[in-house]
Amino acid sequence: MNNPIKRWFPIFVIPTLVAFLISFVIPFISGILLSFTEFRTVSDAQFVGISNYIKAFTQDSTFLSSLWFTVRFALVSVASINIFAFLLALMLTRTVPATKLFRTVFFMPNLIGGIVLGYIWQVIINGVLYRFNYSITSNSAFGFWGLVIMMNWQMIGYVMIIYIAGIQNIPNDIIEASRVDGAGPFTTLFRVIIPSVMPSITICLFLTITNSFKMFDQNLSLTAGAPANRTQMVALDIYNTFYSRTGYEGVGQAKAVIFFLIVAIIAFVQLRITGKKEEEA
Amino acid sequence: MKQKILALVVAMLSAISCLSLAGCGEKTKSSVYFLNFKPESATVYEEIAEKYKQETGVEVKVVTAAANNYEQTLKSEIAKSDAPTIFQVNGPVGYDTWDDYCLDIKDSKLYSFLSDKDLAIKDDGGVYAVPYVVEGYGIIYNDEIMKRYFALPNKKTDITTAEEIDSFEKLKAVVEDMTANKEKLGIKGVFASTSLATGEDWRWQTHLLNIPLYHEFKEMGNDIDVALSMLDADEVTYKYSKNFENLFDLYINNSVTSKNLLGSKSVADSMAEFALGDAAMVQNGNWAWSQISGVKGNTVKASDIKMLPLYMGIEGEKGQGICIGTENYFAINKNADKEQQEASLKFLEWLFSSETGKKYVTESLGFITPFNTFSENELPDDPLAKEISRYMKDESVENIPWAFSAFPSDAFKKDVGSALLDYVQGEKKWEDVKKIIQDKWKSERS
Repeated sequence: MNNPIKRWFPIFVIPTLVAFLISFVIPFISGILLSFTEFRTVSDAQFVGISNYIKAFTQDSTFLSSLWFTVRFALVSVASINIFAFLLALMLTRTVPATKLFRTVFFMPNLIGGIVLGYIWQVIINGVLYRFNYSITSNSAFGFWGLVIMMNWQMIGYVMIIYIAGIQNIPNDIIEASRVDGAGPFTTLFRVIIPSVMPSITICLFLTITNSFKMFDQNLSLTAGAPANRTQMVALDIYNTFYSRTGYEGVGQAKAVIFFLIVAIIAFVQLRITGKKEEEA
Repeated sequence: MKQKILALVVAMLSAISCLSLAGCGEKTKSSVYFLNFKPESATVYEEIAEKYKQETGVEVKVVTAAANNYEQTLKSEIAKSDAPTIFQVNGPVGYDTWDDYCLDIKDSKLYSFLSDKDLAIKDDGGVYAVPYVVEGYGIIYNDEIMKRYFALPNKKTDITTAEEIDSFEKLKAVVEDMTANKEKLGIKGVFASTSLATGEDWRWQTHLLNIPLYHEFKEMGNDIDVALSMLDADEVTYKYSKNFENLFDLYINNSVTSKNLLGSKSVADSMAEFALGDAAMVQNGNWAWSQISGVKGNTVKASDIKMLPLYMGIEGEKGQGICIGTENYFAINKNADKEQQEASLKFLEWLFSSETGKKYVTESLGFITPFNTFSENELPDDPLAKEISRYMKDESVENIPWAFSAFPSDAFKKDVGSALLDYVQGEKKWEDVKKIIQDKWKSERS
């Protein structure tokens, strides 16, 4: 008990702990509780059991369709972001002139907020499509690929930085040793570099998967779900259920809980799988 | 160990009490808190609040919700301890949502000001919301372009002024002939863009849909209050689907913008097209005046702006007027303190009956009010408001009320809007749109 850190730690921990309780734990628990109730505003709720969960699947066709849309979007964008980011990272860790400048430029899109980004890309994409007498809402495929392109543009730089850090951490002697042993560039890449950056891959996959699933503001500003909710992702669907239909507030809340479980399970499984790979490497 | 826990508990308690004490110290409830629905009037309301404070010393807090976000804002604001004391419901459906929060204002002066007491929202003998503005919509047209058309030597119709148009057939003949001559008339299309971007489609999924459904319910013998019988209806037959299509097709086939691009157009876009003289007609209401006059380089003269009823070929539509009604009702928060409620009513009564208040209402807000405290000549000065009062006074026409305040939900309207966009882009047939309207009405009412 003489250790000053042990004695004084509450003073340093408590403020953060209280903030964490107020801004995260309490809303999270009340959110779960509210999903079992019917309410207009969060302060007057009536317990209704699991009927909200049943309604989320039966009364409302948009939940499943937007979930499916989100899954497809996540698959495509997670794959493309990680592949492009990794290739860029490989390139920019070689002796290319002005690598620092390139890294900064690639990272910059990540600094722009989601809503602004959505509107900027809407203008760009519509600018192209107008020439062919289309707009981004003409077809849900335009919206899908628009979202994928935008997500790539925004996330690649960020993910790339993580990969660069991973690649730079590989001791040079390992790579030299593999060269001496006669490994070609591809063998070096797949047998040496990729296994050594497994921790980065774990983080990057986690980030891109959760971000793709949770995407909201870019979706709202780029297509807002048009045409006919066919480009609506789950987060936006939850928002619309909660706000645009009277008596559906609890259903929106139930959807949010289901959505949380799905994302949590996927992220957990992914961490387990890639974590194992890390140990093997 | 015990000491450690004790330290933790003490620190936690002190942290919490610190927070709550700070909270107590700062918490002063505003006496009047008005949650404003109309973003276009935000600055005017702030001015009014300022003036009211000068005159009476009572602080009025004005918060304006962003366009299309009123319900969201209200939902979160009203759950706070400093909740709005004056808020707005959009009609009977809105009242259904907020009935637990609406104070009975049967004995208030505000209610006594209403010229037509039936306009208020009543429930079980109480009065819970009072309308404060009367608005109207129809087809706004630019008479200068119309005159140019009627002067054409090669025009195919025998109509000579826009006032003669009194049926869908005549409207269609004129519009299609105008499209054929659009180069000569110097326009890009007869109608401004049928804006169908998300959140920009209310002119069709709400306002235009009002007409076929109004006629359907009226024919069922519900002359007295169409909106109320609509509110009780679990289903619609939507028998005038074809007529809705008539006018909607006329809009999109004679538009400034090609069909595929309508999905990205906003209301502001189409008002700008009208203001710049690219289009001769646009469906909208008197609130659009500020948008028309606010466009830089607009070529439309105020004296040339007129309004036509929405004809769509429904039997007996000769003598039909424009759509006049309201979806703006004031309600007082039942859960506010007694003094707050009284102060709120006083503020509204001041706004709608004192000389200063009335001046703001007619001149700055541009409202035509349903209150008897306003005399005949206390009307806003813009051309569209004048058109509205012209139709209101005209005994020979029958104006259509805003029955859409009884549409089941926002989700219903949104789905109709998406279906219309799909129709325009060729992904759905008109029959599918009809089915969606029937199905969604049913599912949203259940």
